[in-house]
Amino acid sequence: MDRRQFIQSSAGVAGLVSVGGLAGCTTTASAPAVVGTKSRPKVVVIGAGFGGATCGRYIKMWEPHIEVTLIESNNQFYSCPTSNDVIAHHKKMDSITFGYDNLKGIIDNWVTDTVTAIDTNKKTVTTAGGKTLSYDRLVLAGGVHLEFDKVKGYNAEAQKTVKHAWKASPDQTGVLAEQLAAMPDGGVFVMSVPKAPYRCPPGPYERASLVASYFKKAKPKSKIIVLDGNEDLASKKGLFLAAWKKHYGYGTDNSMIDYRPNNMPRSVNAATKMVGTEFDDVKGDVINVVPTMIAADICRMANVRRNMDGTPGPWCPIDFRTYESMFVKDVHVIGDSALSNFPKSGSMANNMAKVCAASIAEMCNGRDPVSVPVVANTCYSATSGTTAMHVAAVFRYNDVDKNGNKIPGGEMKAQSLPGKGLSDAESEIEHAYMEGWKANVIHDTLAL
Amino acid sequence: MKKAFALSLLAVGLIASTAVTAGTPDARLRQMAANCNYCHGTDGHSRGSIPSINNLPRDYFVQQMKDFKTGARPATVMHQHAAGYTDTEYEGFARYFATR
Repeated sequence: MDRRQFIQSSAGVAGLVSVGGLAGCTTTASAPAVVGTKSRPKVVVIGAGFGGATCGRYIKMWEPHIEVTLIESNNQFYSCPTSNDVIAHHKKMDSITFGYDNLKGIIDNWVTDTVTAIDTNKKTVTTAGGKTLSYDRLVLAGGVHLEFDKVKGYNAEAQKTVKHAWKASPDQTGVLAEQLAAMPDGGVFVMSVPKAPYRCPPGPYERASLVASYFKKAKPKSKIIVLDGNEDLASKKGLFLAAWKKHYGYGTDNSMIDYRPNNMPRSVNAATKMVGTEFDDVKGDVINVVPTMIAADICRMANVRRNMDGTPGPWCPIDFRTYESMFVKDVHVIGDSALSNFPKSGSMANNMAKVCAASIAEMCNGRDPVSVPVVANTCYSATSGTTAMHVAAVFRYNDVDKNGNKIPGGEMKAQSLPGKGLSDAESEIEHAYMEGWKANVIHDTLAL
Repeated sequence: MKKAFALSLLAVGLIASTAVTAGTPDARLRQMAANCNYCHGTDGHSRGSIPSINNLPRDYFVQQMKDFKTGARPATVMHQHAAGYTDTEYEGFARYFATR
């Protein structure tokens, strides 16, 4: 063999190594693609919310060679954060409505469609529009599935008039805002809080606060009944109660907010506007029922919605270095659908997406996933039209228990933070920071 | 022989491609630095009321983080985030954002 021949055969090897790099993009022992073809690793992301959009954007930022397909059923992005401001008439729908145009310019294949089936053996995703897309790695970012069937009478007909407004859209957020505007002064707004874990732990209490701020100004004789499926406020309890006392007479005979713990809605009557709990039938002029939640339906399709023991369960156990399912190879789950100790927030979904993107970029280059990832949460909640407060958390990867045994998939240890990560009190400056967070998280997620 | 050599190289190539190397420190750093972006903007370029953190002198960046952690610099939330990271990580953030 002479030098020229060696170079030729080395070129063949180089070709194979690069294809091997592609094989490194999957954890299954699949046969390498044909030597010499310019195949690119294929990542399909389902869902363009805070998790999926961020993941797609950051994969392209960190490893442009990866071919990213993003499948999203909505034509526009509706932000759940600050959607309570729309319900309370502090803001309009356009303040939470954003376009996907910039992201479409970054993502290789943008598919506006609904996923109907996932085959994790053939590694394909099928859509209602009849497309079949193949992947090397699949990222599920579908958020939450609302369990309407757990509330008697909350059928498709009832859903036409009874809104959850827990996934923002004109038909949910917009309609609830209209219902409250049409409610006469002196009316009763009945809203529910699902049993935890649910998306946005402080969200229901923010909703009660902001609707109270609207009533205080526009319909001062009106009341809010909060039916909480939990035994107490599930988030920022001290801060919300202080705000309710300060602004809305909470704890007095004239409180605008009537808070009722341990009151999980069991039934809904859309015609009579009645919400039934285990104890009571509560009638309102406007009723707003938020069902309990489990991981999105696409997680069921991919067979990753399970308990830690592998039996069918509500959320998706994942490895915290990659967000890959503990049970199905090459399928990653980020955001609200994942089983974790994280609050189900937009900030968390955004940060989980970056760990997933960074590790996918590494693995597609034949390297190890990110070592010891750290993620952080910052959740602002408004308590009135001008005040807000926050809870923050930082989580650090650990994979060894007290006895020195390896923890499968690892764990994310909440770091000890001053004041348990909470604001000392609501403030106007934090309302300004909340708006700043909103501007940047939207920009960071959607490349706007 | 030529064919055999090529095949053995192919085999080496396969082994090399399946063996994983350690995660690169840069990948971890950029992942962690990107945590900051939802408040401070992508690459630290803020669009709103929260300060930008790109293009700051590294020593200044690190000192601010340390001052947040000790409370020497008052904050609404940064004293809490600062408590979640190490001094070495502050230096990584400072290096990362200095060139953005």
